[in-house]
Amino acid sequence: MPASSKRHDSISVLALRAFGVVLVGFLALLLGLPLLSLVFRIPPTALLARLGDPLILQALRLSLVTSVFATALVVSTGLPAAYLLATREFRGKRVLEALIDLPMVLPPTVAGVALLTAFGRSGLAGKALAAVGVSLPFTTLAVVIAQAFVSAPFFVGAARAGFIEVDRKYLDAAATLRAAPVYTFARVLVPLAMPSLLAGAAMSWARALGEFGATITFAGNMPGITQTMPLAVYLALQSDLEAAVTLAVLLLIVSLAVLLVVRFTPSRLAAVTLDAGRTTR
Amino acid sequence: MLDARLGRRLGSFALDVPLQAHAGHTTVLVGESGAGKTSVLKLLAGLDRLDGGWVTVGGERYADAAAGLHLPAWERDVGYVGQDYALFPHLSAAENVAFGLRASGVARRRVQPMVDEALGLVGLAELGRRLPSQLSGGQQQRVALARALVLNPQLLLLDEPLSSLDLQTRRAVRVELRELLKRLPCITVYVTHSPAEALLFGAQIVVLDGGRVAQAGSREELLMHPRSPFVAELVGTNLFIGRSAAGDIAGRPAIRTPEGLVVIEDSSGAGTVYLTVNPREITLSRTAPQSSAQNVFEGEVLEIIPEPPAGERVRVVLNTRPMLVAEVTPEGLAGLSLEEGTRIYAAFKATGVHRYF
Repeated sequence: MPASSKRHDSISVLALRAFGVVLVGFLALLLGLPLLSLVFRIPPTALLARLGDPLILQALRLSLVTSVFATALVVSTGLPAAYLLATREFRGKRVLEALIDLPMVLPPTVAGVALLTAFGRSGLAGKALAAVGVSLPFTTLAVVIAQAFVSAPFFVGAARAGFIEVDRKYLDAAATLRAAPVYTFARVLVPLAMPSLLAGAAMSWARALGEFGATITFAGNMPGITQTMPLAVYLALQSDLEAAVTLAVLLLIVSLAVLLVVRFTPSRLAAVTLDAGRTTR
Repeated sequence: MLDARLGRRLGSFALDVPLQAHAGHTTVLVGESGAGKTSVLKLLAGLDRLDGGWVTVGGERYADAAAGLHLPAWERDVGYVGQDYALFPHLSAAENVAFGLRASGVARRRVQPMVDEALGLVGLAELGRRLPSQLSGGQQQRVALARALVLNPQLLLLDEPLSSLDLQTRRAVRVELRELLKRLPCITVYVTHSPAEALLFGAQIVVLDGGRVAQAGSREELLMHPRSPFVAELVGTNLFIGRSAAGDIAGRPAIRTPEGLVVIEDSSGAGTVYLTVNPREITLSRTAPQSSAQNVFEGEVLEIIPEPPAGERVRVVLNTRPMLVAEVTPEGLAGLSLEEGTRIYAAFKATGVHRYF
């Protein structure tokens, strides 16, 4: 009886294992097949040839400029916000954190509509802006704002985690060395949290680069002004499949590169704390 | 001069420590972990807020709970070397030392000579360009010290500066550090859990126990006249506390203690009496000693501790009342074939008892 139950066990374990393998294989197919077929759709030589296409170049340039500006906006405003979230306790902090994370899960078109109701001609801030002759929607600036809106949580979250990770003893040491909090922030906290800040900025930039829904809703789809790469991909799909695939492969390569860099940049902070641990204990 | 009374509630733990210390001297705070030593330093440095009391350094009020005054750490003239040094890992040794000078706005051209001097003072002139991770534990400790000293603080706080070093390094650094501290003009407050370090570094010693001062005084005072079982254990002696003029035993003067009578040489005087017995004065035997002139206690061996480093003598802890510590030679130990749990008699002569009031 024990022998047969053991055999019974091993059969069910084997079956379970096989089932697991099938599931994993299915997931790999689901995620991998579209990417592979995208890459192999056009031979690399044709791909390189299409890169000179003015339509593609225009979208590429616009995407680079807007995503870099959006990231700069997110980093400069997100840095103090992340510091406050990491160091202060106040009422409603949890709610604020949830609000900051919201754009991560919000459908991008909803973000675009929200931006329109704020900065559109009849929007809350839009009316005030119109009074001084400024109209945001359907401008390159609108693209930057849409990208910043959706990509901010990636940076703020990473920066906040990075600041929390910095050991309190370094901040105490700085305080006893005549360093006021602002000096400590610039010379100790930011350098020690740098790996997280860079990773956050990279993720944020990649998200801005891939932005589609909020941009097309809030900024429209005008070549050279608001037509970024993801928009160009969508548009080209209806007329010029090869151009669409070229742009798509380009975006895929950039996204993959960002992820790999973030993954394989050795965390200097982790290395440092490891070192300290070895010498002190 | 440092004049402070440090009150702080941390959950169920209440700290209340009066503290005075003078420039040019090292005052040691000693106690077991959890006695409140680090809390005292954090309150002095301004890294934590007082619930009660005050901190005055060189006539300047740094904190006063009653007046709601709390000068932040960076506005106090205090140097702090924490237990694990906390050298900034992204800065070289020299940049670590320069950090405080830059933060306090010292002119750029004056920084380098001051850094060089401070590194020279701790014997690390050559290693300024190294990162903390490229330095040994002892070297890191000296950089941390130089980083605090370069600011010329009025008050220098050292939190277990030797505890994170390995044994060998600790010996060497201990001697150097003592010589260095002797030359400093500042008020030094040194925290340690080690009685040996306390006696080595402290001209003045404050013994902390459970957030309160168990005893404070000069090194000699503590060694000669421990006033509580805790301090006696710290300085490694046996203490009886009793009342004088209790009568005689077999014609010899004696003191009545909660643990029984202790025969001494001279029982004149009145009031509370403290009796210490050096562990070396205690002899151990397997059978009851015959001489009636001796103090005899019976009990079991609780612990046998080889005295570091070479084990010249062995400390034997007995579960007698009071708990006694005897020091015997390894030969003596072997002759008695002692082990933990052995029933034993501990005896000492009346002449071996040191008495004070």
